[in-house]
Amino acid sequence: MDMSAFPLELPETDRPMVRFMNVTKSYGRLVVLDQLNLDIAAGEMVSIIGPSGSGKTTVLRMLMTLETINGGVIYVDGKPLTHMAKGGKLVPADERYLRMMRSSIGMCFQHFNLFPHMTALQNCMEGPVQVLGLSKQEARERSEELLSLVGMIAKKDQHPSRLSGGQQQRVAIARALAMRPKVMLFDEVTSALDPEVIGEVTNVIRKLVAEHNLTMLMVTHQMGFAHDISDRVCFFFGGKIEEQGPPDILFGAPQRDRTKQFLSAVKEAH
Amino acid sequence: MTIWDFLETYGARIASGTLVTCAQFGLAAIIAIVVALIAGLGKLSHNGLIRGVSVIYIEIFRGTSLLVQLYWIFFVLPLFGITLPKFAAGFISVGLNVGSYGAELVRGAIQSVPKGQWEAAYALSMSPARRMRRIILPQALGLMLPPWGNLLIELLKGTALVSLISVTDLMFQAKQINASTYLSAQSFGAALVVYYILARFLITPFMRRMERVMARRLGRA
Repeated sequence: MDMSAFPLELPETDRPMVRFMNVTKSYGRLVVLDQLNLDIAAGEMVSIIGPSGSGKTTVLRMLMTLETINGGVIYVDGKPLTHMAKGGKLVPADERYLRMMRSSIGMCFQHFNLFPHMTALQNCMEGPVQVLGLSKQEARERSEELLSLVGMIAKKDQHPSRLSGGQQQRVAIARALAMRPKVMLFDEVTSALDPEVIGEVTNVIRKLVAEHNLTMLMVTHQMGFAHDISDRVCFFFGGKIEEQGPPDILFGAPQRDRTKQFLSAVKEAH
Repeated sequence: MTIWDFLETYGARIASGTLVTCAQFGLAAIIAIVVALIAGLGKLSHNGLIRGVSVIYIEIFRGTSLLVQLYWIFFVLPLFGITLPKFAAGFISVGLNVGSYGAELVRGAIQSVPKGQWEAAYALSMSPARRMRRIILPQALGLMLPPWGNLLIELLKGTALVSLISVTDLMFQAKQINASTYLSAQSFGAALVVYYILARFLITPFMRRMERVMARRLGRA
């Protein structure tokens, strides 16, 4: 593949927080994402919606480097994420480079994935102590502050098995934030929750949007929530961005037929 | 001869045999656990050489008889210039044999830790070694404790074979007493009871206790 079309670093004048540049992902012959181009500005909140199998979650997993890509380059804060410069050329990133780059990205999962052998506080301290090399004291202060932010400070010494789904997800958000990421990814974080506790998680995310200047990318099935908090909504269909725009326009006056069909199908289901 | 007379006369030898059996058990268990961990992790390695060595070890020691392995290590290795005292040959053989079964328990338990745990640790930028040590192994340990309890009982019973290379363990003493007195029921009966007591009242309660400790660490107790 010819990599010369991809810059070693994005120029100062054109440097979004995240840039997907002609990114392709396929499993065997199945193309999941086809030549994706997507920029996310610093501080922007972008929601991804679309039918299942449209490649939404894959976008997040590629950015977290949980999936390798088959073509194109992803840039984070101007630097290549999936590749590294070697001898003036871009080559696929090695494990060490990936580990360094992905520390600027935090992710929350559908099934929380808290560490069951650690308390809520220990879950939050693990990354800062083990990866960032903070002292236990510093990590504890940072973690307690974040657990307060998500309203879980009273349960800080509980193990995940003693927490409800909503509580676990709030701890998981604190755990990801404790790494001080530049970009936060939310992968269907409310999909595994009982309806009555979805609000406690979405409220935390609302608070983050209102009070913190984080760049966020969220895959969600909750259209109302996406409408309320997003700066921009992307509708994915068949591995491509079918339509994107400000939430008022995308939800209020969608242009494309597939967007209209999807939104009316979702509305009927509710 | 009543059972009391028997114990009065031969109790000391049975006790000394039991001590040797306990020593064989303890040392073999340490070898089994260490080797199982190394081979179990090795079998999951991305490095083909490490994986190959682990697979060969597991195949040889799991696929052949413990008695033959014991004879090999004690009688054949000296032909290649490696001579081990019989006591060491005993627990090393038993340990290596049981370790090959243990390696599969380690591998299975590691693979049973949900994928989400790997991904969460990965998303925190933890290095592969740290992911394994801090996140995966502690959880795998909880999963593999119950089968390890079984394996350690198997190991205890396996140590009886070391009597065949004249390690003076419990089984060796029982055979000696039987050979000189023909009191088969008493000598082998005593051995039977002692093995049962060791398994049932030492190993099993110890493993239960470990399982409870693990459950508490996972916040489930």
